[in-house]
Amino acid sequence: MSITYLDAIREAQAHALRDDPRVFIYGQDVGAFGGAFKATKNLAQEFPGRVLDAPISEDAMVGLAVGAAIEGLRPIVEMQFADFSVVGFNQIVNQAATLFWRTQVPCPITVRLPFGGTSGAGPFHSQTPETIYAHYPGLVVLTPATVEDAYSMLLEAVAIDDPVIFCEHKFLYRHLKAEKLPTEALPVGKARIAREGRDLTVVAYSAMVHDALEAATELSAEGWEIEVVDLRSVKPLDTDTIIASVARTGKLLAVGEAWPWGGVTAEVIARVTSEGFNLLDAPPQRLNAKDTPVPFHPNLWAAHRPTVRSIAAAARKILRS
Amino acid sequence: MLQTAANPHADSRRVAGHALTDAYRFMLRARLLDDKFAALYRAGKIHGGVFLGRGQEALSAAIGVSLEKSDVFAPLIRDAAGRLAFGETILDAVRTYLGSALGPMRGRDGNVHRGRPQAGLLPMISHLGAMISVVNGVLFARRMKGLSSVVGVACLGEGATSTGSFHEALNQAAVEKLPLVLVVANNQFAYSTPNARQFACADLTDKAAGYGVTAHSVDATDLAACLETVGAAIARARAGHGPQLVVAELLRLCGHGEHDDAGYIPPALKKSALGRDCLKVTEDFLLAQKLADAAQLGVWRSEAIREIEDAVALAQREPTPNPFTEKWSALASGHLDELREET
Repeated sequence: MSITYLDAIREAQAHALRDDPRVFIYGQDVGAFGGAFKATKNLAQEFPGRVLDAPISEDAMVGLAVGAAIEGLRPIVEMQFADFSVVGFNQIVNQAATLFWRTQVPCPITVRLPFGGTSGAGPFHSQTPETIYAHYPGLVVLTPATVEDAYSMLLEAVAIDDPVIFCEHKFLYRHLKAEKLPTEALPVGKARIAREGRDLTVVAYSAMVHDALEAATELSAEGWEIEVVDLRSVKPLDTDTIIASVARTGKLLAVGEAWPWGGVTAEVIARVTSEGFNLLDAPPQRLNAKDTPVPFHPNLWAAHRPTVRSIAAAARKILRS
Repeated sequence: MLQTAANPHADSRRVAGHALTDAYRFMLRARLLDDKFAALYRAGKIHGGVFLGRGQEALSAAIGVSLEKSDVFAPLIRDAAGRLAFGETILDAVRTYLGSALGPMRGRDGNVHRGRPQAGLLPMISHLGAMISVVNGVLFARRMKGLSSVVGVACLGEGATSTGSFHEALNQAAVEKLPLVLVVANNQFAYSTPNARQFACADLTDKAAGYGVTAHSVDATDLAACLETVGAAIARARAGHGPQLVVAELLRLCGHGEHDDAGYIPPALKKSALGRDCLKVTEDFLLAQKLADAAQLGVWRSEAIREIEDAVALAQREPTPNPFTEKWSALASGHLDELREET
């Protein structure tokens, strides 16, 4: 049996619906149609009345989820694309994220964001907006990179008593496969050492973990041992695991598919330089997408985001410094 | 199809006398509470803004008394009367305005941004129209849990009808056939912006047809009309007739907040029928109908003043929030806190 990242997301939702009567799914085309990416395939049939089509109203979708959460339910909201979540931004950052702090009433909603670039998707179906959500207090922002994490972290997201922004990478949906679903997992908030090494720490998350691992394999042929840290969750950010890795390697490259201004890679560099400056043998570097909207054409798209080649090149530069 | 259950000339005689006196007493308490907040604001005793419901008490009280305690209420900034009638205490209001650590918001939020979500009283955020879909969510969840006969009221001003949130949420409620009552207080000005710069339809009730919901309109200077119209809208929602839109006509008899002298309101409008003070109109009506005499009105007034003064005196003696013992965490899941603040 082979399970894709997308299957894992579907299975985690089926599991949550089966185990917890408080769970329901609300989003555009998620009902009988099974979702734009089929992440809710057959769930409306298996769980009648609990997987519901929403009008094209991202603001009202999240608002409804907040109201249901106040009543003790555990809604999962599917944004058709992460890019459209900004239409519901106000409800996410001002309503959901402030509710517990203001009132002590928890707001356990999970907002699923199919995010990240696939060739040909263009400026409005490719964005990686994890940074803007991580910036707001009161939100948990998850970025699973593996089939196993897609499953276990989505189950944990539903169980968490706070609003969770669940960033699932569209490129990994069908591309990534595993033999079986996990029975145990690292908890949310813990990063994972995806590959051990002694010469350079590459911190990545979501799809970039796989590009970083491939770059590490390429560099191993040149005699370099690269350690790859998969953040798993960008908020909370597991600074301890990153610093421990940098303590071993003395060098840091932070890689993200998001835009360069601010963001997760900048946060990683800031924390390592302020808390572990003495551990660094070379200036830490980061690699992000270019500071333009995400292009449509594959030639431009492939050059816009970090790639195995550009990660390896950035790594060589640090290693030779 | 235009569905209109509008009754702009509600027959006051159909509203029972005790319903009028009950609602009047909430109006009176709200007005006196607002007056106290205005005085405290001028004395520099209140941090942040003060927002009064002067002129909106009849509408607001009618909402509060028409709801059951098990219903859901999302008031807006001018709903002190409705809040009191729904069950909010004067002390909750005073503690929030004065920043008592013992209030429902514990100094984390202030003035009109107070509530007790688990008692069905939702704490508004400042983004207009944003509370409507949250009320939808509460109603949706109650239905999912098999609880029927619950109604949710969301209040807004005419300015909020221009927001995307209003459109999305009213459409959502209609699609889901939720027992939502949306009460629009058309007080002619959104802060300083007059209706002519806010919307172009002849009447805000015209909007209802586009959503497939029933519209009601009411003169909000007339308490009996408010009780009848709001009561009917809530009853229709409770009976399963889906969302109801109530548009109430009034004039705001104060600034947007106490920082605003409202110099933009034309004097002629203040002198028009729209500019009548609903509290005075109600008092005159109660006296004329012999539902209360002047002595009784005086007793109610002094009882309310005593209650307000007691609450203010208590809240002023209470501890204020302590930044050193404050839990600086926005998450319910303590184990996910980064706890990386500087020490």
